[in-house]
Amino acid sequence: MVEFWRWKEYRWTAPDIDWRNAGIISCGIDVGSVSTQGVIMTDGKLYAYSNMRTGSNSPDSAKRGLDWALEGTGLKQENIHFIVATGYGRINIPMANKAITEIACHARGANFMYGPSVRTVLDMGGQDCKAIRCDEKGKVTAFLMNDKCAAGTGRGMEVFSDLLQVHIEEIGDLSFQVDKEPPPVSSTCVVFAKSEASAMLRKGVPKNEVIAAYCSAMAHRVFSLLERLGVEKDFGITGGISKNKGVVDRLEKELGLKSLTPRYDAQIAGGVGAALFAKSLVEKQRAGA
Amino acid sequence: MKANYGYKDGSGEYFITIDTDKCNSCGDCAKACPPKVIVMITNDYDEVVPAVSDEHRKKIKYDCAPCKPISGPRSLPCVAACRPVAIVHSW
Repeated sequence: MVEFWRWKEYRWTAPDIDWRNAGIISCGIDVGSVSTQGVIMTDGKLYAYSNMRTGSNSPDSAKRGLDWALEGTGLKQENIHFIVATGYGRINIPMANKAITEIACHARGANFMYGPSVRTVLDMGGQDCKAIRCDEKGKVTAFLMNDKCAAGTGRGMEVFSDLLQVHIEEIGDLSFQVDKEPPPVSSTCVVFAKSEASAMLRKGVPKNEVIAAYCSAMAHRVFSLLERLGVEKDFGITGGISKNKGVVDRLEKELGLKSLTPRYDAQIAGGVGAALFAKSLVEKQRAGA
Repeated sequence: MKANYGYKDGSGEYFITIDTDKCNSCGDCAKACPPKVIVMITNDYDEVVPAVSDEHRKKIKYDCAPCKPISGPRSLPCVAACRPVAIVHSW
C-alpha cells in the first residue's frame, strides 16, 4: 500500500566544515508532534541535521534524531558541549541539558534562516500553528499560538493527502492546476474538512480543485491568526507547511506580502534555534567559569 | 513580549494577553486568580512572569467564566490585581 502522506526523511552534513576545528559544538533537538529534527552547529554554523518522523516515545525519537544527525560525521554525543530540547516533547528528553519553548526557538531559528530583518514568523507545525513577532536579535516580542485544534497544520495536510491519494509533496503544485480558484472549504477543522472534501469528490469535483479548496481554507485560517497578532515586514514561514506552495502562495496573496526564502529547509528552524540557544549557554558557562 | 494564550473556536476568540514588558513580577495576579489559570513561570529569557498554565490553556472560556458575570459590572480579579495593567482578556 502506498502511504501518500509519508514525506521523505533525510539527513544533511555541511561539506566544508570539520567539527574538529570547532570551539563550540552545540545541538538542538526539536521533538514535534509529527516530525523530529536533530540539529548540530559548530560555532554557530549549521553543521549537520536530520529530519524524521516522531515515534510514539519522545526520548526515543530524540535519540534517533540525534544519532542520525551524527551518522557518518565521526562526531559522538559526548563531543557535544550542550544540548537544548524544544518542541512538543521537550520536557521528556533525558539527554538534553535544558528545555526551551518552541516559540523562542523558532524566532531565533527564523532569525538565522531568514536574516535579522525578519519580524514576523509563522510556524506551521505538525499539530499546532504559532504566529510570532521578534526583534532583530530573534528575541520574541509577541506571540500567539493555536494549540487547541489541528486546523491549518501538517497533520491536517497528511490526512488530506491520504484521502485524496496524492503524495504530500505534490499537493502544492497540483493545487494550482485548476481552471479557476474554487471557494475554500468552509471548515478548517481536519475532521470536518475531510468530510467536506469527500462530499466534493462524490459530486465529481476534480481532485485538484478539492486540493485548492483545502489549501486556501488553510491559508485563510492562519491568516486570521496572523491578523490578530499583526504582521510586520519581513515575514518568514517555518515548519513543514512552509514547503507547501499551495498554502504559502495563497497566504502571501491574502497578506499582500511575500515571505522570505530560507537559507536551509525551514522545517528545521526550531532545532536551529535550540542549537543557537545551546551555543549561547555554553558561552555563558565559559564566561562564568 | 506580548504573550497571547488561548484559542479561537466556533464560538469566538478567547485570549489572555500578558505584556511581560509592563510586568513587575509581583505575582499578585496569580494570587488573585481563583482557579489558578494564571501562574508565575520563569520564561525562556529568565524573566519571572505570569502565564496561563498548560492545564487551563485550552479551556479558558470555561475556566475564566466564574469571574465573568453575565450582567453587572465586571472586574476580573487578575486584571484588577495587576498594578502595571499588563493583563487583558479578549472577551
